[in-house]
Amino acid sequence: MRRLTPYLLALPSWMWLAIFLVVPMAAMASVSLQTGNAIDGFAMTFSFSNYADAIGAYSPQLLRSLLYGGLATVAMLVIGYPVAYWIAFKAGHRKSVYLFLLLLPFFVSFVLRTISWNFLLSDNGILFGTLKDWGLLPADFHVLATTFAVVGGLTYNFLPFMILPIYVALERVDPRVVEAAQDLYATRAAAFRRVVLPLSLPGVFAGVLMTFVPATADPINAAILGGTSNTMIGNIIQTEYLTNLDYPTASALSFTLMAVLLVGIFVYARALGTENVLEAAAR
Amino acid sequence: MTELSAIELEDVVKEYHSHGEVVQAVKGVTLDIPEGEFFSLLGPSGCGKTTTMRMIAGFEAPSKGLVRLLGQDVTNVPPNKRDVNMVFQSYALFPHMSVWDNVAFGLKQRKTPQEEVKRRVGEMLEIVDLAGREKRMPRQMSGGQQQRVALARALVNRPRALLLDEPLGALDLKLRQAMQIELKRIQREVGITFVYVTHDQSEALTMSDRIAVMNDGLVEQLGGPHEIYERPATAFVAGFIGTSNLLTGAATGGELKIAGGRVLVPGHDGEVTVTVRPEKITIGTEEPARESSAVRGTVAEVVYLGTYNSYAVRLADGAEMTVFQQNAHDATATAERGDSVWLSWRAQHSYVIGS
Repeated sequence: MRRLTPYLLALPSWMWLAIFLVVPMAAMASVSLQTGNAIDGFAMTFSFSNYADAIGAYSPQLLRSLLYGGLATVAMLVIGYPVAYWIAFKAGHRKSVYLFLLLLPFFVSFVLRTISWNFLLSDNGILFGTLKDWGLLPADFHVLATTFAVVGGLTYNFLPFMILPIYVALERVDPRVVEAAQDLYATRAAAFRRVVLPLSLPGVFAGVLMTFVPATADPINAAILGGTSNTMIGNIIQTEYLTNLDYPTASALSFTLMAVLLVGIFVYARALGTENVLEAAAR
Repeated sequence: MTELSAIELEDVVKEYHSHGEVVQAVKGVTLDIPEGEFFSLLGPSGCGKTTTMRMIAGFEAPSKGLVRLLGQDVTNVPPNKRDVNMVFQSYALFPHMSVWDNVAFGLKQRKTPQEEVKRRVGEMLEIVDLAGREKRMPRQMSGGQQQRVALARALVNRPRALLLDEPLGALDLKLRQAMQIELKRIQREVGITFVYVTHDQSEALTMSDRIAVMNDGLVEQLGGPHEIYERPATAFVAGFIGTSNLLTGAATGGELKIAGGRVLVPGHDGEVTVTVRPEKITIGTEEPARESSAVRGTVAEVVYLGTYNSYAVRLADGAEMTVFQQNAHDATATAERGDSVWLSWRAQHSYVIGS
């Protein structure tokens, strides 16, 4: 009995994963290979052409999503790393205050926050309207419905997910190790490059993972800030599912996106030599 | 003497500001450490010894005073430009680098030619007995091995002085004793000035040429191990280094009357504090001769410690004295708990503090 206890304790989580992950995934995989329509029903025909058709029709949106997700991730890294560094090493006893501020936006719904960006960025809204009235901006200046707006929205919305893992990794760097580098003739910059940065890479890896994946798949920012020419793959999947009721195409697109992201992650993990770094950080 | 000073501190003060208050961690320390010396900063935690060392390394800037290395003022020079290296408490090895890369770090930062890096790192790993383990990661090594990596990482740069911050604190007793001898050997071999921070008095006594005993931000006494042990300058030093019995009172005609006895202090008159080491005292049942210091008491406790017995003897006024007696012949104690005994020691073994 005692030997079984750990397995029994793990049982609920295994059941959870089975019911809410494995079963729906299998169902979706099956749907992605069916043909038919919403009224007469769908039937399994092992129609692999669903994938070819979906990719053929929506490859621009798929590529655009990867591009936007990638741009937003880079922007988040550039903004987030210094913030995480500052909180970890320079914020002193106010660390928890800044971490709380970082999480504060989560107290407001994701959609609402994006809509308020729509207000902020609208052509004649409180920001640009005022600047245009003062003659500081040309009358035809606009941000909404541009790539910049969508990438900006993604960057804003997912930024905390970049900062927090990097912060956790930096927080665990022993200050004495940094001092040791300086003691061994490293300048501040060299100590950062040779010691702090490598030790924070697991955090960077986690941060990129936690932001690139949802940002690439996100439909909200493109819908609210993007206009018609910035549609991302998330919007297509949503429309196919909810408006066109074309479940096979939506499922095929979802799996395609997942496959692309997984391949991307593995390539990225390889390139970073994550195993070594994770091992070092796990100490 | 034209001996060059490796490290000089001139009235160095370090103040911290915390919650609007100014706290002085170091209250004015002046030291002059000649080249090649094994020098220890010894004191309880919070006495300022680590802060003092960090000012020598350059991690802290003194609030007042000067730091000189080989005669050059380095008070405001950052640590990476100081020709001293440090062995950190808990080692602070780079966890993401192999033993080789850890040891080669300083040489690479100084843009040493690759061939020379290879040779010197190899030699150094030989000295600390880690040859063949170059590719290991720090976490794959025992505490003693990590310790030697830390030592090699610092020594390979041939610094003008090596600073060691309680480097043996994390090791068990046997290993610590072995490393003490090892450190002393390495220091003699490389001839580099060692500044050793410790709270362990036996460690300091074993290895040091000279010791600065620190307390509350100040140096209480500076001297060789023998001098510090035998002639403590203050009651604090007497109590901190080893065990000592302190007896105070007014002496008249070279004799201090205490409850149940007398302490001979030739040449002293007036208020004195006398320290007597426990191993210099003889315990017996017979009243000793006139020419010894002697006091009557009752044995309150006997502790068997292997090589010696430790007696706690209560005097008539309630004060306790500690006596060590070597187990030279057999393990039976001279006296039992509750026995009435005489303690005696020779006149030269009473040391009047501050004399």
